[in-house]
Amino acid sequence: MKPFTYERAASPAAAAAAVARTPGAKFVAGGTNLLDLMKLQIETPRHLVDVNRLGLDTIEPTAEGGLRVGALVRNTALAADPRVRRDYGVLSRALVSGASGQLRNKATTAGNLLQRTRCPYFYDTNQPCNKRQPGSGCAAIGGFNRNLAILGTSKDCIATHPSDMAVAMRALDATVETVMPNGQARRIAIADFHRLPGGTPWVETALVAGEMITAVTLPAPVGGTHIYRKVRDRSSYAFATISVAAVLRPTTGTARFAFGGLAHKPWRVEAAETRVDGGAKAIAAAALAGAQTTDQNAFKVPLVERTLASVLAEGAAA
Amino acid sequence: MKFETPAGTNPIDQRRVIGKPTPRIDGPLKVTGTAPYAFERNDVAPGHAYGVIVGSAVAKGRIARIDTADAERAPGVIAIVTRENAGKLGKAKAHTATMLAGPMVEHYDQAVAIVVAETFEQARDAAKRVRVDYARAKGRYNLAAAKAGAPIAPGDKMKTAVGDFARAFAAAPVTVDATYTTPDQSHTMMEPHATIAAWDGDTVTLWTSNQMIAWAVRDMSETLLIPKEKIRVVSPYIGGGFGGKLWVRSDAVMAALAARAAKRPVKVALARQQVMNNTTHRPATIQRIRLGADKTGKITAIAHQTWSGDLPGGGPETAANQTQLLYAGANRLTETRLAVLDLPEANAMRAPGEAPGMMALEVAMDELAEKLGMDPVRLRVINDTQVDPEKPERPFSDRNLVRCLEEGAQRFGWSRRNPTPGTVRDGRWLVGMGMAAAFRNNMNMKSGARVGVDRKGVVTVATDMTDIGTGSYTIIAQTAAEMMGVPLDKVIVLLGDSRFPASAGSGGQWGGNSSTAGVYAACVDLRRRIAQKLGFDPDRATFADGKVSDGGRSVDLAKAAGDEGISGEDTIEFGRLNDDYAQATFGAHFVEAGVDAHTGEIRVRRMAGVYDAGRILNPVSARSQVIGGMSMGIGAALMEDAVVDPRFGYFVNHDLAEYHVPVHLDVPHQEVVFLDTLDDKTSPMKAKGVGELGLCGAAAAVANAVYNACGVRIRDYPLTLDKVLKGMARV
Repeated sequence: MKPFTYERAASPAAAAAAVARTPGAKFVAGGTNLLDLMKLQIETPRHLVDVNRLGLDTIEPTAEGGLRVGALVRNTALAADPRVRRDYGVLSRALVSGASGQLRNKATTAGNLLQRTRCPYFYDTNQPCNKRQPGSGCAAIGGFNRNLAILGTSKDCIATHPSDMAVAMRALDATVETVMPNGQARRIAIADFHRLPGGTPWVETALVAGEMITAVTLPAPVGGTHIYRKVRDRSSYAFATISVAAVLRPTTGTARFAFGGLAHKPWRVEAAETRVDGGAKAIAAAALAGAQTTDQNAFKVPLVERTLASVLAEGAAA
Repeated sequence: MKFETPAGTNPIDQRRVIGKPTPRIDGPLKVTGTAPYAFERNDVAPGHAYGVIVGSAVAKGRIARIDTADAERAPGVIAIVTRENAGKLGKAKAHTATMLAGPMVEHYDQAVAIVVAETFEQARDAAKRVRVDYARAKGRYNLAAAKAGAPIAPGDKMKTAVGDFARAFAAAPVTVDATYTTPDQSHTMMEPHATIAAWDGDTVTLWTSNQMIAWAVRDMSETLLIPKEKIRVVSPYIGGGFGGKLWVRSDAVMAALAARAAKRPVKVALARQQVMNNTTHRPATIQRIRLGADKTGKITAIAHQTWSGDLPGGGPETAANQTQLLYAGANRLTETRLAVLDLPEANAMRAPGEAPGMMALEVAMDELAEKLGMDPVRLRVINDTQVDPEKPERPFSDRNLVRCLEEGAQRFGWSRRNPTPGTVRDGRWLVGMGMAAAFRNNMNMKSGARVGVDRKGVVTVATDMTDIGTGSYTIIAQTAAEMMGVPLDKVIVLLGDSRFPASAGSGGQWGGNSSTAGVYAACVDLRRRIAQKLGFDPDRATFADGKVSDGGRSVDLAKAAGDEGISGEDTIEFGRLNDDYAQATFGAHFVEAGVDAHTGEIRVRRMAGVYDAGRILNPVSARSQVIGGMSMGIGAALMEDAVVDPRFGYFVNHDLAEYHVPVHLDVPHQEVVFLDTLDDKTSPMKAKGVGELGLCGAAAAVANAVYNACGVRIRDYPLTLDKVLKGMARV
């Protein structure tokens, strides 16, 4: 960990301004990912702006009939909220499938969106990693990549985004609300929030320097059967090999599917959702179009289809 | 005391304290956080500084240059030690790689420097400022590639042959010929390696976390090139070791060097990542097993060849151990081969040999049973042997494998198993049952203790034995209480200090039986001294209810001790009984596993076992050992895998998020039953080891249950869902 200075922000706008103003500054909320990365000097902020005391920790109804989730609402609180459990079950289930109880108690809504990849080469500063050290190369390509991305990859990076929460939010068409360093508010659709790696894998979101997430809004409930199916190598405290967030509405014959563990961002192909009648095979084929696999992670392709089949069967039985 | 003839009746057989389910006496300290572990010993090293070890960024090569200038200027830095200023160092015979690299680097994350600073954060920051230039060399990191031409490993019984295996195998009507692989595994004990070192003149004291105190003193002496008398090692509480702390590692050596340079006590703990690549690991194996049987299931030919790798001068994973002893069969062959690999040092991890060996042998047995159309329990029963099958004149001291198998099958409901794979369904789960034998050698090690009684009648035991979470404190207290006729709360146990008599230490599941036998010997000496002091007949005097009695006379133990107290000391030494008899521990594992029909995810649903380990000194701590082993078996079967990147030569998934061991949710209800047996050839305690038995065979039972559930036979551990899916696509 490099020495750093620290301040406690007085307001969201002041926090944004402070990070924009100070070179090498970062926000810190739950710290469950950032502090680990700082200890390993994968992150080396020179200044931390603590946003934990800014409020932003309530879940309020919106005029549109949805919910506005404050940036600092802890994962545990969001998962347990009765409105979330009733109307956005996929989100509650995604949250409790992530991390561990202790981590969820600290981790925040905004921080969860901003957590960084778990690619093992990103985690070892002796190895090349374009995300950690631009231009150094990608050790994962040709290395240990069993759990890495098969969609939207580039020759520079095949990392995945590890969040479960974000996958459910993608299925729910959530919107990220921010405040810019100049104090202006901005709304970013979750679909546009995370970026694909391309030639700049270190640029992970649409946020500009100093821009701070203040809330995530969920549209009015869409009804249906909500399923979050996380496929993993152990029962808890494991990142998804793949995951499926599904909202199934058999009465209207429509469905939504978002996938985790496949890409640098939660993966959703709306066109695939028109293929529900074709079953898991058709949905998977459309959702996974263009997948590029390695010997180690090629299993994710059949796994997505098989998991979809399981989800559809569960939905039909519900 | 020499233990050379089978034990007769002795005070241990009274079972007033021994054999009773006794909660661990150190439990209150542990659960209140007041048992001081090495890194917490601020009381003994006031004014200590912090050391952080810099590990090599390359797996093999030469250090071209170390630039410490920037680190030296960093805030709070007191000293930096590298090979250039460390002074002359030796290499302990027990170490394969040196604890401080230079100029050559032998493996990834090998220590190249230690930075000492006022605070931990300063030391960690400054450690990152040490710049090391390496001339990288090509290394060998791939066991499969290094296997060809690997010679027979050095050591005893690395190649054994009886009868004519080749002919018998060729003639056998039913055969299995299969190759199994097990991955590298990391000990991942809860407490990482940690040491505080302090020098007083030319004497160094190490408060550390180590399983073998006398070995630690020896290895430090050979490394620092100072006499053993100048080294004190203290390790009373240990947060798990699993063999990773059998020998001193870089934390201890570098702390000692750092404290000498800084002229202050220095505290060092390895980071989790360093535990994976800086220390030792269980090496990967490739194992080929051939079994030949007649149509009745009698094994006529059995061969086990195994390959593992280690740094030059290292040792093998002796995965053929159990195959030399477990089943009958006239024609036999085992070979243990060792390749040279430039990975971190391979070494002992819980049940070295049998743990990975049983993962292969017991799946091969399942495959043979299927080919024979025979129940797997029955196959093992009819191939039982009461003698060492390589040396039939050598009987087992006591062997009750068949009872374990039959009682286990009955308790588990094995008869309900459908032998046709893939036929039992519970919702989305394919459900299967599998079983395996459990087998682990019983070793005995010389062990000493000192036992005293004070004027209040309090008995104090001192021995350098360690408690690595196993329950040593408690069984030693039980032994002393039984021998001296006092209640448990009148016994104080002091462990883990090189100033105490040298003990067996904790390793190879020898610690429990050997160290209590050492305490027994010391108590016999103390009883004799007390009897003599009172003018009693030492052979007739009885010790019970806090009194010493002989005939009509009876004296309070406290009074007998007198104002100055009285003490005895002895060491148990083991004679030829372990040569004349094969000594081993046995059991039978039964597992019910579910395989998700869609995703291939595997979850163990139920686990049970019956175990035979001689006298069970304390049923609750023995059960804890066994369920810990069974849980580790789940990990070995389904997830543990230290992944080698063969381009860079290191374990890539070097933290607990990516190197998976089971979490609570992965471990189902576990039923453990011990046979009520005594083995009079092992020690006066008539006990055997139990710390590793629960692991040996457990993973194979899981693998066999997975096969029964879904019909996919995976011979490449761990059994992950991608391998299941690949198999499901085939079947």
